[in-house]
Amino acid sequence: MSASAATARPRAPGRAGTVHSRRLLVLAGLFAILAVAVMLSVMVGAKPVPPGDVWHALTAQTGTENDIVVRSLRIPRTAVGVMAGVALGVAGALMQGHTRNPLADPGLLGVTQGAAFAMVFGIMALGVTSLYGYIWFGMAGALVASAGVFALGMAGGRGGPTPVTLALAGTAVSAFLYALTSALVLMDQRAMDVFRFWQAGSIAGRDGEVVWQVLPFVAVGLLLALFNAPGLNALSLGEDVARALGQNITLTRSVGVAAITLLGGASVAACGSLSFLGLMVPHLTRPLSGPDHRWLLPYSGLAGAAALLLADVVGRVVARPGELEVGVVLALLGAPFFVALVRRRKPVRL
Amino acid sequence: MRLRAVDVKLGYGDRVIVDGLDLGIEAGTVTTIIGPNGCGKSTLLRALGRLLKPSGGEVLLDGKRIDRMPTREVAKILGVLPQAPTAPEGLTVADLVARGRHPHQTWYRQWSSGDESAVNEALSMTGLLDLGERPLDELSGGQRQRAWISMALAQGTDLLLLDEPTTFLDLAHQIEVLELVRRLHSELGRTVVMVLHDLNLAARYTDHLVAMRGGEVVAAGPPGDVLTEGLLAEVFDLAAKVIEDPVTGTPLVVPVGPLPPPARRD
Repeated sequence: MSASAATARPRAPGRAGTVHSRRLLVLAGLFAILAVAVMLSVMVGAKPVPPGDVWHALTAQTGTENDIVVRSLRIPRTAVGVMAGVALGVAGALMQGHTRNPLADPGLLGVTQGAAFAMVFGIMALGVTSLYGYIWFGMAGALVASAGVFALGMAGGRGGPTPVTLALAGTAVSAFLYALTSALVLMDQRAMDVFRFWQAGSIAGRDGEVVWQVLPFVAVGLLLALFNAPGLNALSLGEDVARALGQNITLTRSVGVAAITLLGGASVAACGSLSFLGLMVPHLTRPLSGPDHRWLLPYSGLAGAAALLLADVVGRVVARPGELEVGVVLALLGAPFFVALVRRRKPVRL
Repeated sequence: MRLRAVDVKLGYGDRVIVDGLDLGIEAGTVTTIIGPNGCGKSTLLRALGRLLKPSGGEVLLDGKRIDRMPTREVAKILGVLPQAPTAPEGLTVADLVARGRHPHQTWYRQWSSGDESAVNEALSMTGLLDLGERPLDELSGGQRQRAWISMALAQGTDLLLLDEPTTFLDLAHQIEVLELVRRLHSELGRTVVMVLHDLNLAARYTDHLVAMRGGEVVAAGPPGDVLTEGLLAEVFDLAAKVIEDPVTGTPLVVPVGPLPPPARRD
């Protein structure tokens, strides 16, 4: 999303440069944090790999044990983590912007429960067994559930769904799907086993295939998010003002919902339920970006990826020789952190 | 005629508020719509600014149907400031005013020197140049209202629709905002349509007064012709004396007391 770096706008004479360079500095800082998180994620684990060996594996692999660990385990796992983190951070910021609700997360559109139901259904009814199979089902479930929520949110209203109708429809659809999923997993032991690991949220054991499966969805989602940022800025002044400024409200909402669906759906299909990350990250980045989505979205993407990878690294070291799922770590560490953040600076009205 | 409502039918859902209304706005005038609460004046303004789509009739901007023009093109001709708008916390005055440039920007070209000068002009016009970096929520009510008007000004439109721009402001700040409207009209030749509650201020700052009741235009014309004791009774159920404003010579309404609604009068 670096294209939005070019969108900075000088303000009062004299101070123009400082605001712009401060924003770029924050962007660079977030990139640096993410780079550190990526390195840790490649090096740390049940079998620590020193930096020299990582370099060896990347540039001149000779089939040593460390080469294999790095190339076939750590790098795909890290790539999935980066993609899911970017996707959830951006989707969370989009969701909170569109609903003007600081408690919104991508799960509110029904993507989480939609993916869960479709996966469990695929396992039980169609005997899907491979991880790749689950992911396609999860993705499809997320898309269908979100489309359903959008259609329900439209019904009755004129001129597109409103934040309130979307939230109500999302809550209702999620509750309905959750009930169906619960009923199914109670009947099927194998589905239950897959479901409980999926529900915890993890990026372990994902190989390169998963990366390529999810990448197109994330890429299109990020592109739509980039297009959506100026419109979202207009919308944050209220629908009447946005319309007066020449923004097509229905189009802006539709593009936003499509982006959230693709990003949230991709991450939920690949990693399970991590929607707390989407709730938390925009609260971390908003004090840095201010209420400008052209900066908030890229900041949230970078911070989301860094937070997810760091939580995953922590999960690998605290329970040696086993691992703690990243979703568990995120919630265990994230919740107190979030509470402290909210107490220190009151949550921002959107 | 810049802006025209032709036989418009307006409402929300099944509730019809205005049925079959005609109104024309001449170029280079300040028009004020007055009337009791719920008479449809804000609804009419919203329709003129294409924030509300008429269920019947049409709104014409420079002779073309406004709902068939691309909304972004309309936004370059016509600015609308709705009633009591809200901004996200932490938004600075300069940021808010810069968002007025939205219709002139594309996703790949977000800021130009034209945008820069329009924003600075709008800020200096409203006297907010020194407050540009201040968050909107730290300003006084009058300053905040001026910031929103600056945003509409930065949009750079000939036509400006303002819905109760003086609400929640003390008298001095009301005068301040209306003096600004007068300068927009006299110095920049802008066409302004607004909704006001204060009849005496409306009389002072308006070329063309439109009085509404029950979704219909009861009288329209220069304030001196419209603001009569008979009209105040008819539109507001108000007994009042109308005298000459000692400062401007425009009509000055001195309320006497409420009248029973027209059905029980005679």
